[in-house]
Amino acid sequence: MADETTPVAVAPAPTPAAAAKPAEKAKIEAPAYRELPFIPALQPGSMKDSRPYVANEKIQEALGFNTKLDDDWQVTHDVAIAKMGELLGQSRALKVFMDSCVHCGACTDKCHYFLGTADPKNMPVARQELMRSVYRRYFTLPGKLFPSLVGAKDLTKEVLDDWYTYFWQCSQCRRCSLYCPYGIDTAEVTMAAHSILDSAGYGEKYSNEIIGKVHRIGNNLGLPGPALINTLEGVEEDVLEDTGVAVKYPLDVHGAEVLLVTPSADFFAEPHIESLIGYGKVFHAAGISWTLSSKASEAGNFGMFIGNYEQLRKIALRVREAALELGVKRIVVGECGHAWRVAYSFWNTLVGIGAGANDPFAIQLQKQLDPNYRQPSHICEVTWDLIQQGRLKFDKSANDHRIITFHDSCNVARASRMGDMPGGQFEIPRNIIKAVANHYVEMAPDTIREKTFCCGGGGGVLTDELLDLRLKGALPRMQAIKQVADHDSVNFVAMICAICKAQFTKVLPYYGFKMGMAGGVHQLVSTAIVLKNEQ
Amino acid sequence: MASIEVNGKSYETDEEGYLVNLTEWNEDVGKYLAQTESVEMTDQHWEVINFLRDYYNEFQIAPAVRVLTKAIGKKLGADKGTSQYLYELFPYGPAKQACKIAGLPKPTGCV
Repeated sequence: MADETTPVAVAPAPTPAAAAKPAEKAKIEAPAYRELPFIPALQPGSMKDSRPYVANEKIQEALGFNTKLDDDWQVTHDVAIAKMGELLGQSRALKVFMDSCVHCGACTDKCHYFLGTADPKNMPVARQELMRSVYRRYFTLPGKLFPSLVGAKDLTKEVLDDWYTYFWQCSQCRRCSLYCPYGIDTAEVTMAAHSILDSAGYGEKYSNEIIGKVHRIGNNLGLPGPALINTLEGVEEDVLEDTGVAVKYPLDVHGAEVLLVTPSADFFAEPHIESLIGYGKVFHAAGISWTLSSKASEAGNFGMFIGNYEQLRKIALRVREAALELGVKRIVVGECGHAWRVAYSFWNTLVGIGAGANDPFAIQLQKQLDPNYRQPSHICEVTWDLIQQGRLKFDKSANDHRIITFHDSCNVARASRMGDMPGGQFEIPRNIIKAVANHYVEMAPDTIREKTFCCGGGGGVLTDELLDLRLKGALPRMQAIKQVADHDSVNFVAMICAICKAQFTKVLPYYGFKMGMAGGVHQLVSTAIVLKNEQ
Repeated sequence: MASIEVNGKSYETDEEGYLVNLTEWNEDVGKYLAQTESVEMTDQHWEVINFLRDYYNEFQIAPAVRVLTKAIGKKLGADKGTSQYLYELFPYGPAKQACKIAGLPKPTGCV
């Protein structure tokens, strides 16, 4: 239980002295606060040694990738260039993104990693140039004939090392894309780079190990069925003890109306589990039968982070299989940023959750799902619809010890939507918070909604060996939080993403805040919702 | 692969210093791993480590933080059943740091 959960009088703005700083072996510290907006003085090469662990042969083999870089560089070179050609052939968009950048620099100071690290290769334009220069050399006529005139580069081991280093310093948050006058989707470039690296046998341990676990065990954490049952039983006991109401957290119930697919961190970590408790209370209060699935015990889909369509689909298929087996009428996604992007934007054509795919199982599923609901729905859409229908009751004063702000998660904000109006993904979570709590404050306008700053841990960089990068990348967001903490005594940052929750919990103490300051929107719902037994 | 040496015996670890073969674990290895994490082991630390190992043996995964805090609270009193108490024992986080000392694999994912 996060220490934030104990109701106390409104806490004063935290000071660095008040918060315990985690002890580190190699001392890693947060950079000094800087007033936004700012442009850092360049520190070339300052992040050249920041690299995640490389996936070992076993991890690579399980996903069908080359297991390691070949001893003969020419072999690796040819594999990488062939993969690049394949991706360019599949995606017209990628080719346009390679061709259309004019190096105007509008993206440079929009990236949280550049702002936090000052390494010029973390300017989005420079990061992408690592790939564009190779693209020009092998896939354009001027680059083939006169490479030095057009800044075209051979793919050498050093270049590929640079790719590994700097394409794993991008969280695919797409804030830079928002400001690009050509609309270049920079995350697509990073994804393509990850995909090429994987093919070459140069995969990232963190992401690829996790994807292997999803296939082997069913979720990113590697929670087997019995552990899920044990955890859910414990949650039922706790909620009964806290509220006197027997709220159920069902697993693998055939014939339930709703299948809830949520990140496995919701079963394991703090504060994530507080939101899981909230989802269950919402379904209980509304009298909706629901179930979790041991097969689809993961909403997250790291196939997106590594830019791999096959993995994206294979991971998503687990949700379809579970939905067909359980006979559910609705599929609802829990608080997970990139999962909602995958669910909202890709599930339809990938596996038939929503219209699009037309294989027999997709058609069967589309017939099974209730067309009166958005398929899939976000848990925030479900809760907000119920609030509007008057089916949920709240005691808002239960959240009075909290002064709340909302952190928009990148993949929800810039790559998906909620509800049936533009900007629903911004309004609906805020509407829920305002319906369950009395004190709400916005952060600075340039740091919220579509302009939101990444937490610093998305896109497959939420791993301990990248803590230095994560701390530096969190700087703009922490600066915005500090403003509202100092000015408005904000003491709770609400969010709807498992990665954001884990990242904030880790980095907040380095910036002088309590880790319990971060929590879920449904954690707030859970605190305020009024439950009855006879439902 | 990396390795550590305890009492003249070599133990294989991964890049991050987690024990590869958890059946090789013994208290001395635990003490050694605690040293690498700058954690000074007390009886309170061992309570947590032993619970983690028992839970892992039954469920093949470390317990959720909530399950851990509850179990410790039952055993040592409600004031100890908080994540704050666990963070005091294991400053880098009870899940990852305590798992490492207990010789268990690192919890992965969005944690």
